[in-house]
Amino acid sequence: MTTRMFGQSVKRNEDPRLLTGKGRYVDDIEHSAAQVAFVRSEPAHARIIDIDVSGTLDIDGVLGIYTYEDLEGDFAKPLPLLIPNDGLFAPKTQYALAHEEVCYAGEVIAMVVAKDRYIAEDAASAIRVEYETLPVVADLEEAARPGAPVAHLDMEDNVSGRVSEAKGDVDAAMAAASHVYQWRFSMERAAAMPMEGRGIVAHYDESDQSLLLYDSTQAPTGVRGGLALLFGLDPDRVHVVAPDIGGGFGMKVIQFYPEEVLVPWASRLLGIPVKWTEDRREDFIGSNHERGQAHEVRVGTDDEGRILGMETNFLNDAGAYCSYGLIIPIITAAQMQGPYRIENFRYEFRNLFTNKVPTSPYRGAGRPHAVYVMERVIDKIALELELDVAEVRRRNFIGPNEFPYDVGVTFQDGGPTIYDSGEYERGLDVLLDALDYGNARAEQRKAAEQGRLMGIGIGYYVEGTGIGPYEGAAIKVLADGSVTVALGFSSQGQGHETVFAQIVSDELGVAVDKVKVTSGDTRRIGYGVGTFASRSAVVGGNAVFKAAVQIRKQAAEVAARSLEVAAEDLVFENGQIRVAGAPDLSVGLGQVALISNPLRYAFGEESQEAVLLAQRAYAQSDRPLPDGMRPGLETAEFYSPTSGVFAFGAHAVVIEIDPDTCNLKILRYVVMHDCGAVINPMIVEGQILGGVAQGIGGAFYERLAYDDQGQLQNASFMDFLIPYATEIPTVELHHTETKSPLNPLGIKGVGEAGTIPGPAVIANAVSDALGRPIDSMPISPLDIYAILYKG
Amino acid sequence: MKPAPFTYHRPETRGEVDALLAELGSEAKILAGGQSLIPILNMRLSSPAHLIDLNHLHDETAGPALDDGHVTVGPLVRQSSVERSELVTERVPLLAETMDFVAHPAIRNRGTVVGSIAHADPAAELPAVLAVLRGEVVARSATGRRTIPAGECFRGPLENSLEDTEWLEEVRWPVAAADQGFAFEEFARRSGDYALCGVAARAERAGDTTTVALGYLGMGDVPVCTELPPLGASAFETDEVEDAVARVVEGQLDPVDDIHATVAFRTHLARRLGATAVRRAAAKADTAGQDS
Ligand SMILES: Cc1cc2nc3c(=O)[nH]c(=O)nc-3n(C[C@H](O)[C@H](O)[C@H](O)COP(=O)(O)OP(=O)(O)OC[C@H]3O[C@@H](n4cnc5c(N)ncnc54)[C@H](O)[C@@H]3O)c2cc1C
Repeated sequence: MTTRMFGQSVKRNEDPRLLTGKGRYVDDIEHSAAQVAFVRSEPAHARIIDIDVSGTLDIDGVLGIYTYEDLEGDFAKPLPLLIPNDGLFAPKTQYALAHEEVCYAGEVIAMVVAKDRYIAEDAASAIRVEYETLPVVADLEEAARPGAPVAHLDMEDNVSGRVSEAKGDVDAAMAAASHVYQWRFSMERAAAMPMEGRGIVAHYDESDQSLLLYDSTQAPTGVRGGLALLFGLDPDRVHVVAPDIGGGFGMKVIQFYPEEVLVPWASRLLGIPVKWTEDRREDFIGSNHERGQAHEVRVGTDDEGRILGMETNFLNDAGAYCSYGLIIPIITAAQMQGPYRIENFRYEFRNLFTNKVPTSPYRGAGRPHAVYVMERVIDKIALELELDVAEVRRRNFIGPNEFPYDVGVTFQDGGPTIYDSGEYERGLDVLLDALDYGNARAEQRKAAEQGRLMGIGIGYYVEGTGIGPYEGAAIKVLADGSVTVALGFSSQGQGHETVFAQIVSDELGVAVDKVKVTSGDTRRIGYGVGTFASRSAVVGGNAVFKAAVQIRKQAAEVAARSLEVAAEDLVFENGQIRVAGAPDLSVGLGQVALISNPLRYAFGEESQEAVLLAQRAYAQSDRPLPDGMRPGLETAEFYSPTSGVFAFGAHAVVIEIDPDTCNLKILRYVVMHDCGAVINPMIVEGQILGGVAQGIGGAFYERLAYDDQGQLQNASFMDFLIPYATEIPTVELHHTETKSPLNPLGIKGVGEAGTIPGPAVIANAVSDALGRPIDSMPISPLDIYAILYKG
Repeated sequence: MKPAPFTYHRPETRGEVDALLAELGSEAKILAGGQSLIPILNMRLSSPAHLIDLNHLHDETAGPALDDGHVTVGPLVRQSSVERSELVTERVPLLAETMDFVAHPAIRNRGTVVGSIAHADPAAELPAVLAVLRGEVVARSATGRRTIPAGECFRGPLENSLEDTEWLEEVRWPVAAADQGFAFEEFARRSGDYALCGVAARAERAGDTTTVALGYLGMGDVPVCTELPPLGASAFETDEVEDAVARVVEGQLDPVDDIHATVAFRTHLARRLGATAVRRAAAKADTAGQDS
């Protein structure tokens, strides 16, 4: 028996390339292309009075300067709305180039194309925009206030959408509860900050009527579909390639950012390749943000801390436009109940425009907010009732026999939210054992006696992953026995080239490094959805599995004919197809690929068999290609899940606060996670570790410091503090494995998991250490100083 | 993020630098390690017409040297070579202790010590250390040289006291005396960041009395140097140290609010870090005195 590769910590196929600097990112492509710089709005809200380009006239090397007036037809319309919803009544999206009004600082007003980026920036900085500034609404809660300034001139207020839903009877539950609490929680906005910003190279070929776009996007197939429509091209003449991508975290899912439309538009207009590489400042003010919510929660419990009913009324900061619709607050609402059985639940949210960068999902996508609110609620109930925080969780868990569990609210895909499987109490046990919870509490008491400020925080989450509608995989076996796998969704470094190779390896009996996975190239597979929402392994993985099963079937048929045995007797091993029990009787998988294509003319020695086979078929009066068979060993298969699958996990942190610096020291960080069947434990660990770092970053370091005029005051890595490796503690990882019954491989997603409970655990731990509620996040030493020393 | 156009000069001798500056004056900027200047140019916060790149000067020393009771560095000595210098560890222990707080290894490999002093960032460590150690710099131009004591080096945030035609060819720290003890304390949000507040302490022991000078960074427009009233042995058994530091902090520091810290928080940090630095430096002065 050969070892099953599924479940092994196989080293990553992509690492030799990525770690030796051989990755190929968008900026590495087409060095001679013309380059773009943008003029972006300085005020957060203004009417554009005049755009004066006269200062650029004597700059050599400028190829074109464009403003809204230059756009025609569909290019002059607002960019598409991605996810419509009945509750979204003001679905505002931005124009590719600002039209009369700018609604956030950073909105694109003019595009300069020049010989190189230096000249483009010289010209951009010589363009003068005259504004009539308008009242700005920057703060989320202010935006909800009646009479607040409006973010858009043509609106009466700032509400872009509103949704509410209820299950059970919340009012009756509150009336029956022994305790009813009312709390407020807020979370500021945050940003993904991938190491590589966005980037685009467009090459429009007039003679061929085709467009080739290199785009640092998480959703190349969507970009292709949209651009084909916009440019009026046959989709087969639009190719979108997402090469290596230096991180995305959701920020690169949006289709389209204005630049994604403008750069190919300019390439068509000028008849030359055009390129734009986002710089860090542009990423801060021109690429989408997320988070930003304020909740008013009411919760009713019995004396034992069991939640009888809960409701939240919350605001979501959309920013200036909402091309992603209401997905973020919908996810928050759908996932708020977490691992807990809450029979009576109600939510209402309003999505509010503010004069800030638009939002769309960022790793965690609505869930960090939900988990933070829910987990603070649990800790506060414990505090009120003088119960242990772990015990209150235990008392509220959904039991292991209650699956499938209907959460009772609508999921982000529009269907019901139904948990497929889970072992929540076992997960907590694993976490607490790993932490040695009793001991940790004892140490905390000892520290308190010495006047030290120690705290313990727990954060538990359930994460809907693997949403549809579908994903596909095109697999081909080459004559040398290697296998290529093409995926429609792109990779941002997660390990796609390895985990999908592992699945193929098991099915076809070829070594993992003989399976070459390419993702995100629409020339290889035109259909797909994208890499987001922790879905690639689940949806893509099962598509790969289906395609591999199909290839195996095809290969077995061809091999059976060649070896003159029954297909059922064949085993796939070490690149060979062998007859069980007859070790000498075998044919290489590559050879099978060759002979599966009957030939008239041989092209090299190995292919002679394909000619002979064809001749043999005719000798027996057969067709060389029997009905129903295709030449070549290749197929494309698609997998469409019936619903999402629900991973879960919990983090615990032990911290100490230094009263001198008001800094927080993380003494221990323990993780329990469960993403069903694990394809590659090492890669799963990597995902969790990166997520934890991002979670800690979002809780304690990173803060988008907007002032009340909608100006981002820290749009650089000097002042926007992403934690370094030095700030991230050693993370202790533990996992359980509760398979999903909903897909053949039993897997659930893990891409976002590590990030989700970050704000919850840190808020709970700091509250615990200080004995004061931390109900607005993120926090910093400055906040801790205020709590410790300013009453 | 690309700089505005400039003319690039690559002199090979110090004399050529003098001549270029004599001709170009305020139109020109010196480029050393580039770790502060290049971001400023790329963000177009400054657009000098000429850039004079020192990196191709011939016959420059690569590391610190000993000269007449001082440890000295020339204009191309990288921060990393000071960090790794045994001479500095032995003779200017405060500088050695501080180097680790200056940015990150990759930046120290390029950034120069002289450049950091010339840059005159009030939040930078090296100017405060130079000030508390009563070091000096040597400025030169086509018309000659002058030595400027540390206390007169810094005029304001990112503003040194050089004339337009002058540049720095040397930074000098006096070798530590046997009865001195030093300490450096700072609080930065992340390892290697500019600090929210930092303080260098120099303590001298005479009999039972300890005199301590403090040099604060991030607490005013320039490094703020101040001496505490002499402390008797009993001061270290009580809160007298904390009180003395508090008086200095209240009276002489002038921090500002920014997004990372308020005046009140910075003041709190200055008191706590200052007291820790005083106690550590004094303790070292004690043992230093016993050794000799
Ligand atoms: C991410 C990052 C973090 C950092 N963190 C810190 C920190 O924590 N603490 C800290 O102190 N610094 C920090 N720095 C700055 C770093 O130490 C710089 O290297 C230093 O400030 C400037 O030295 P340089 O050689 O790079 O000078 P350059 O950037 O080349 O020049 C800086 C300025 O000094 C002038 N100059 C340079 N040499 C001379 C000379 N010989 N004569 C006259 N003028 C001259 C230049 O004209 C320019 O105005 C950080 C930098 C970065 C990029």
